[in-house]
Amino acid sequence: MVEPLLTVRELSVEYASKRGQVKAVTDVSLFLDKGSTLGIVGESGSGKSTLGFAILNLVPSPGRVVAGKIMFDHTDILKQNEDNMRRIRGAEISMIFQDPLTSLNPLLKIRDHFTELFRVHSSTNHEDSISRAGQLLDDLGIARERLSDYPHQFSGGMRQRVMIGLALALNPKLVIADEPTTALDVIVEAQILELMKKLKDAYGLTLILVTHNIGIVAEMADRIAVMYAGRIIEMGPTNDIFADPLHPYTKGLLESAPNILHPERSMRPIPGSPPDLITLPTGCKFHPRCPRVFETCRMSDPLPVECKRRLVACHLYA
Amino acid sequence: MVVIGAITVLAVVMMTILSPYISPFNPSAINVGPLLQPPNSRFPLGTNHLGEDMLSRVLWGGWVMLQVAILSVVICSIIGVTIGLVGAYAGGFVDKISSLVMDSIYAFPGLVLAIAISAMLGPGVINMALAIAVVYIPSYFRVVRSQVLTVKELTYVEAARALGAKSRRILTRYILPNLLPSVVVVITLNFADAILTAAGLTFLGLGVPVSTADWGWDLTYGRQLLFSGAWWVIGFPGLMIVVTVWGFTIMGEGLSELLNPKLREIA
Amino acid sequence: MPQPQQGGLLTLRSYVVARVLLTIPMVLLLLTLVFVILRVIPGDPVLLHFEKAASPAAMDAMRHELGTDKPLINQYIDYVWGLLHGDMGKSMIDYSPVSQQVMSAFPATLELAIYSTAFAVVLGILLGVQSSRRFHSAQDHGIRTFGTITYSLPVFFLGMVLQLTLAVGLHLFPTGGRIAIGMEPVGLTIGSFHIATGLFTVDTLLEGNLVKFVTALRYLFLPTISLGLVICGTFIRMTRSNMLETLRMDFVTAAKARGLPNRVITYTYALKNAFLPILTMIGLQFAALLAGAVLTETTFSWPGLGSYLVGRIGFRDYTAIQGAVVFFGLLVTLVSLVVDLLYAYLDPRVRL
Repeated sequence: MVEPLLTVRELSVEYASKRGQVKAVTDVSLFLDKGSTLGIVGESGSGKSTLGFAILNLVPSPGRVVAGKIMFDHTDILKQNEDNMRRIRGAEISMIFQDPLTSLNPLLKIRDHFTELFRVHSSTNHEDSISRAGQLLDDLGIARERLSDYPHQFSGGMRQRVMIGLALALNPKLVIADEPTTALDVIVEAQILELMKKLKDAYGLTLILVTHNIGIVAEMADRIAVMYAGRIIEMGPTNDIFADPLHPYTKGLLESAPNILHPERSMRPIPGSPPDLITLPTGCKFHPRCPRVFETCRMSDPLPVECKRRLVACHLYA
Repeated sequence: MVVIGAITVLAVVMMTILSPYISPFNPSAINVGPLLQPPNSRFPLGTNHLGEDMLSRVLWGGWVMLQVAILSVVICSIIGVTIGLVGAYAGGFVDKISSLVMDSIYAFPGLVLAIAISAMLGPGVINMALAIAVVYIPSYFRVVRSQVLTVKELTYVEAARALGAKSRRILTRYILPNLLPSVVVVITLNFADAILTAAGLTFLGLGVPVSTADWGWDLTYGRQLLFSGAWWVIGFPGLMIVVTVWGFTIMGEGLSELLNPKLREIA
Repeated sequence: MPQPQQGGLLTLRSYVVARVLLTIPMVLLLLTLVFVILRVIPGDPVLLHFEKAASPAAMDAMRHELGTDKPLINQYIDYVWGLLHGDMGKSMIDYSPVSQQVMSAFPATLELAIYSTAFAVVLGILLGVQSSRRFHSAQDHGIRTFGTITYSLPVFFLGMVLQLTLAVGLHLFPTGGRIAIGMEPVGLTIGSFHIATGLFTVDTLLEGNLVKFVTALRYLFLPTISLGLVICGTFIRMTRSNMLETLRMDFVTAAKARGLPNRVITYTYALKNAFLPILTMIGLQFAALLAGAVLTETTFSWPGLGSYLVGRIGFRDYTAIQGAVVFFGLLVTLVSLVVDLLYAYLDPRVRL
């Protein structure tokens, strides 16, 4: 068996705040094989974005990785010094951000975004950089002349294409997409997802897709990890989880989404709200909202166990 | 930070108020000691060229400045806030005119305008206060105006209006409380600037008559004594001005940081 | 101030027009304000000028010469009309044209203003950037305290301290004046063209005389440092807060995620974005700068507009005072206008 491209083991990330330590990510373990797509799903505050940043060792202060190990292609990410990490970022692991308007430098032309990237990471000269950028824009469906434009002159969808272009420019081994379509309207969203699928197949990308939208994940991901309160509570092949969600939260998530195949089924939101990440409930973090809660749930935090070809952290299956 | 500033200011004010009781000599009493003595055990801050005790002069020296500052701030804040409120709330022509007038005043370097007014009005505490007050009215006006304009459009004010609340009531119950924090910040910074401008005016000879013990005057005298190296004549009074202004500035900056949540969050 | 909207070049043009038009009523109000202060309030400036009762004949003569015997409205119209033609009236001392005196004193102030602003901005940006990069550290606090202390210093006090230590004590710099006797630059004469800017540092270079140039710099040094230090506090504070804000923005995180090094991020990304507000701040600070200049000139006997103004007060030359004050006001208005237009031009969000 080939070793996974990315392995995360027992990762925990905390933010220091005036009221105490915010436990954004707790004890997260996952792996990712080359060429596959992992979807990380969760509500806002579930820790999914922080997880993405942690893989790049870019957790913004006052956040810190407090425990765990991240192995990417034989490299221990958390042990790398800043110079090495800079070489990895953008070239080996790259990130697509949520809001392309605020993620592009408003004072730089699109062309300069690319040339700057090439200048920092490779020895490509200026002309070659520009032509390479032009090629990328072709792949992305943007006219080459637009290289000399500024970000605010593009529409939302096109800006996101530029972001994707920047993320793919140096043929990274791993791409992390953090809510790539959340800031876009539905039609553009569909186009971007199409584009991403096409590029994924064309370049053989390994992709982590972080989102709160299960619909996207259903389309794009081979495997899903569902996060709640900083923990992965269910992880496994997409089809399996969709067909038969095990964890009550996963079930709740799927039921609360509109279902075009069964429009007569009413959407059922999960009662209650996500927990405060500073003072978490005891035992299983989902128990206050769980429809199938019982005594053990209040007392101990369930560990992930294997069940039906996936991992589930729930006492129902322990 | 606010606390440090407040304490500093309080200390200076206390010192000035208590000066008649704690000052060893009458600050304007000449020849109490040998002329131009550097600090020594008898005169801890030395004496100036008239033989006046520097310690006493330093203790007394803040009086005029504080009076002028308080007076000018009171006048100027009341006028500025009122015009700001009226202008912004009434809107339209009134607003445009008042903004234009304020912008014109604001176009002058503060000290220059104060100099012009002082030159016309003559010396004296009240005249100084008036001159300085005029210069800073636009600051209050602008802050109040921008706040009022923001709050005016807020939904809950519209709701109140829809319920038929009278203008005056809206002003006092809704808008005024929102203004208070910003105005307080402007007041503290105004104090700092007013003291500096007052010192400047006195330094140029436009402030109070010569005989009064005043830090600004000490600096003017001190100029002539510079070549003889008598640093203590300008050093101590100057330091007092710096400390006082610094106290107010720190207070103002601390307050504005407290009120500006964006900067605070970064902590 | 109306903000330019996103749009085409047409919008920039219309903003420029609107902005310039707005200046006209402001200038008018400005002139009226000075007129009110210096003519209306005291009642009769001529009387004030001759504080002891001089002969009525002498006073009437002056009134007639200056035109203050006309009704107030006429005086006002004469005043504004005169100013439109660059006539600031006649000095009460010798009836010589005030505008000439003002214009000859102005270059000295301009030179001081340029150098101190440059010093303050450069120092402010350097310290502000440093402060933002070492956020919340001892260095950060130290720099911020430095900023508040310099702001609290009366500029004449700082000037005198510098004079005491560096000039009198260490003899490194002259205590005052603009240039040593015999060292005044004569500018450049090509054929029948004479070029002299009035800025000594420039003129000495035009002349090609390095000794004079260095002397001019020596005399400039202490006044520039005094004024510059007092002004730099605002720039430190503004740079720091702009940098902090910009560094938190998404495009900075995105840049880091692309592996761009810190140096690039600080300068190309953060500072470039923070730069525009600094430009506006220079405009806003200009008035304060001039106020400080008046005091600095007095302290260092620097023969600029500030010294002129203060001197004329001693002589009770009210027309001259009026002229100087008007000039100051116009100067600030002009600079604000230029800065606003420059800002609109430089922000690509507006331009294209």
